[in-house]
This record gives sequence, C-alpha cells and structure tokens, in this order.
Amino acid sequence: RLDLRLPIGLMFSLFGAILVVYGFVSNRAYRLGINVNLWWGLVLLVFGLVMLWFAVRK
Amino acid sequence: MERIHLGALDYTLLAIYFAFVLGIGWTLRRFVKSSEDFFLSGRSIPAWIAGLAFISANLGAQEVIGMGASGAKYGIMTSHFYWIGAMPAMVFVGLFMMPFYYGSRARSVPEYLKLRFDEKTRGLNAITFAVMTVFSSGISMYALAKLLELVLGWSFHASIILTGVIVLIYIFLGGLTSAIYNEVLQFFLIVLGFLPLVLLGLKDIGGWHGLTSRLAVVATNAGFEPGAWSHSWKYTDAATHNPMGVEWFGLIMGLGFAMSFGYWCTDFLVVQRAMAAGSMTAARRTPLIAAIPKMFMPVLVILPGMLAIGMHATRGGFLPIGSDGQPNYNLAIPMLLAHYLPTGLLGLGLTALMASFMSGMAGNVTAFNTVWTYDIYQTFIRPGQSDSHYLRMGHAATVFGILASVVAAYAATRFNNINDILQLVFSFVNGPLFATFLLGMFWKRTTGHAAFYGLLTGTFAAAMHYGLTLSHGAVPGIKGGFLGAVLHVYPSEMALNFWTAIIAWSSCFVTTLVISLFTQRTKTDDELRGLVYSLTPKQSDEAMPWYKRPVTLAVFILVASAILNIIFW
Repeated sequence: RLDLRLPIGLMFSLFGAILVVYGFVSNRAYRLGINVNLWWGLVLLVFGLVMLWFAVRK
Repeated sequence: MERIHLGALDYTLLAIYFAFVLGIGWTLRRFVKSSEDFFLSGRSIPAWIAGLAFISANLGAQEVIGMGASGAKYGIMTSHFYWIGAMPAMVFVGLFMMPFYYGSRARSVPEYLKLRFDEKTRGLNAITFAVMTVFSSGISMYALAKLLELVLGWSFHASIILTGVIVLIYIFLGGLTSAIYNEVLQFFLIVLGFLPLVLLGLKDIGGWHGLTSRLAVVATNAGFEPGAWSHSWKYTDAATHNPMGVEWFGLIMGLGFAMSFGYWCTDFLVVQRAMAAGSMTAARRTPLIAAIPKMFMPVLVILPGMLAIGMHATRGGFLPIGSDGQPNYNLAIPMLLAHYLPTGLLGLGLTALMASFMSGMAGNVTAFNTVWTYDIYQTFIRPGQSDSHYLRMGHAATVFGILASVVAAYAATRFNNINDILQLVFSFVNGPLFATFLLGMFWKRTTGHAAFYGLLTGTFAAAMHYGLTLSHGAVPGIKGGFLGAVLHVYPSEMALNFWTAIIAWSSCFVTTLVISLFTQRTKTDDELRGLVYSLTPKQSDEAMPWYKRPVTLAVFILVASAILNIIFW
C-alpha cells in the first residue's frame, strides 16, 4: 500500500541535510573536537538516500 | 538540577518527525475498508516490516529509560534481559508457536485460547490483558511527561495531550498498519538517535577498557569484586556476589524461562505484529528477524547507563541525587544527551526518546482496541453485528484507549507506587500464562476447565508467595510480605520477582496437568487440528534455500547470543 522505504528515506535525508548545513555554518560552540552535527548528519543523509534509492528502484 | 535548553533547530527536527508519523497515518487511511484491515493490517505485512515492528512495539520509553537505569544500577548483568530473557523465547515463538497462532486464523491471543479451550479462558485472558494494557500505556505516558517536565521544563499536561493526540490520529486513520509502519520508522530513529550518544561517550571515557576501569571503581565502592559491573555471569555463583542480587538458577528459570516465555510467547502486544504478516513463513520469521537487532540493543540502552555511572563515580555529580540519597538512575540517558549532544543532534536524541514512547504507546493501544472489539465487545456484548459496525467500534475503542491511558497517567500522579502495583499484577497474571499455552499447544489432553483453573491457581500462588516473602531491606507492603508473616527473605527485589514467576509458572503447570487428567475433553481431534502440535501437519521449509529457512535463522540467533554471553562472561 505504501513503500515504507520512501518516508523513511525522505525523513532521514531531510534530517541529514539539515544537520550537515547546520554543522557547516555554525561555529565551534562541537563537549571532543568533533563536529558531530556535520559527521552524523552525513551518516543520516547517506542512510536516507540509500533508502530512497531502493524505494525508487522498487 | 539544571534543565536542558532546546534550540529552534531541535524543535524543527521534532516537528518534522511529527509531520511524518501523521503523514503515514493520512496516506494509509484509504486502505482501511474492513475490520480486518484496521485490526490485522489485512494480514499483508512483509516479514522485515513485521519483524522491526515486533521489536519496536516492545521498545517503549519505559524500556529505554528503565534499561538505561538498570545499566547504571546493575552493569552488564542487565543484558540478561536480552540474551537470556528474550532470545530463546523469541526463537521458540517463531519456530513452534506461530504455526498455531497464524495457522488457526485467530485474530488475537485470547481468541486462540477460545479456539483451543473455551470461552471462559478467553474471557479471563482478554479482560486482564485489556485492563493491564491501558494502565501500562498510561504509566508510560506519565513517565515520559514527568521526564520532559524535569529535564526540559515542559508542561506535564501539554506533553500528555500532544503525544496522546498524535498517537490517536495516526492509529485512528490507518489502524494497525499505520502503527506498524510508524514503529519501523521509530525503530530506525531510536537506533540513529541514540548511537552517537554511545559513540561519543565511549570515545570520551577511553573505550571499553576505560569504561571497565571506571566500573571497577563503582563496584569496589559498592563492596563487590572489581568486575561485578562488567561481567554478566562470573559473579552469579551467589546472590550476594553481584549487584542484581540473584543466583544463576533463579536467573535462568525465573527470567530466562518463566518471565521471558510468558511475555514474548503470549503477550498480544508483540504477537499481534507477527499475526499481521502476509504468510505463514513471514509470520514465523517475524520474531526471528526481530531477535537480530534485539540482540544488539544493549549497546543502545544499557551501555549509556554504564557510561553514566562510570562518569558519576569518577568525575562526581554526573547524575542528580534522588531523595533517597542515591543517584537518580532514571536520568542516565537524559543526562548523557545533555552532556554530549549539541543543538541539532540533541533534537535528534530527544526525537528518538519521543519515538520510543510513541511506539510503545501505539503498540498498547492497537492491542487494546483489537482485544476489546473482538474478544470482549463482539463476544460478550454485541455479537452478530456487521463488519462495519465492528470497524466503527475499533475507532471508538482507539479513542477510549487513549483517553483511558490519559486517566491512568493522571492516576499515577496521585499514587506514587502505581507502577510497582502494575508490574506486580502483571507478574501475577503473566507468570502462569506460558504454562497454559505450552500444555495447550503440545498436549491435546489439556482441557478448558484445567486451563482456566490452572491460570487462577498460578495467579493465586504467585500472590501468596509474594505476600509471604520479602526482599532484603524492604518493609512489608507493596515490595512483598503484605500477608503479615514473612517466611523467607530474598537477597534482592529482583530475586523475589524471579522466584515469584517460577512459583506462578510451576503451580499453573501442575494444576493444569492434574485437572486435565480428571476432566473430560470437550474438543475432538478434528476441532484441535491446527491448534495442537501432534494434530497439525508440520511446516515444510524444503522448498526454501537453506539460508532463508526459519530454523537457520534460529540457529544463528542462538549461537550469536551464546557467543555474546561468553564474551561478557
């Protein structure tokens, strides 16, 4: 009735994109020297896009 | 304690999540045309979706917060709730019980009891399950609202209304399918929302080696051997040697058998997900697929608690101190969220916490509306009505289930021990249940009278045992010993709970066995076909490739969990 990978892919792609952009534009105010928003945002973005790719390719 | 301040970005992520769960409900609403669509997803869910929903429905906020707290309080021994307290039972229900649940075409667990035994056994199970489910949902609601009030300063009333309304809308619109689809979305969110917390915590503390050296300080401060927080079996030779206060026999038979099989094999909340699967093979694989992520769940929910207590012991003040002078273990995960995650990821972590709560609540509400409509309303109140009538009743039961949960949440604010009472009644009712199913499915001689009185005897024996025993350091009352005389003192509350489950299961098993021998069978062999092992054609998986067969998956799960037990011995 609904390919569940579509909403999952969309939501995580959106989350990832928001976090990546925020990670890029914000300053070091990072508690380890890691820009976690940027890196984890990339993880979410890749996960979301893979889900979308599978959903689109059926 | 200092409150966490969320930024606009955090609220944006939360709002996006709410929009997606409501969107899924809205998209699925046009596929709900019959009561079977609403209550059973038209039995069309693929195995991988049903499997992830099976685990997600069990992953409520109480599980996430509670297991984090236990990780801090008991260390790696908490993993017994997964590797001993879930894996064997999930394999058993997948391989041996789903053929009867699914093959009988029963629409619920109580309905299976009716087909196998009689109406009174079904009624007893349906009524106790419906009441317990609503209370459980309400207490989960209360726990989350209190947490959000304490940590974020959110209004208790607003938290309850917001979450209740969102869950109500998406279940009302799309029924069980909407709940299951959202549970899968929530599963991924819980994993991806909590994983950065664990990775950052481990990096900060110096990896597993750094964590165990800090936990050694925790253990020696508490008067145990240095490895007591980082070994799961090594110190179970005596109850006084480990922080959980249990010995290996009580652990294996109480948690690993009576409690876990009673929950995973008979609780309609999780079994409903497998019953919604699209085929017998999918139904059998549902609990097995769920067992794979379940096996690794301690990394996400127990490890944060261990990290928090490790920090607390060596850096001081990491966890707020409760009114009893002990660290507030329930705040282990929220404190880690606040400590490590900046604006952005903090919103993701909070959304994951919200998702865990909503998946647990939706699981309770969908199980309640099905049992109420099919097993109580259709059976005892208005039989013989049209399908659309029962579909409307399902919608009404969903609204009632949410409202009753809200009432239970507010009741919990008036009685500070309502959760203890609920868990207690749950253990009395659930403890004996697996004995009834085991005899019912694997011994055709078991009779309806025996099943009914066996359940009552098991519940009564559990209550008597609990009322006549006490855990060390507790005062008689809700924690045991409420019948006046205390015949035995257990080393811990956990040991008392495990042995209560053993007593409940054993007394139900023996009573059912004996009464069956002295009562007449009321069901013929033909009536029991598809309901009892010896009378049902065996499932053949020969046509499937070996790696897709349920038995292959089951062997992999059992071997993997044995390896995990050995690694963390």
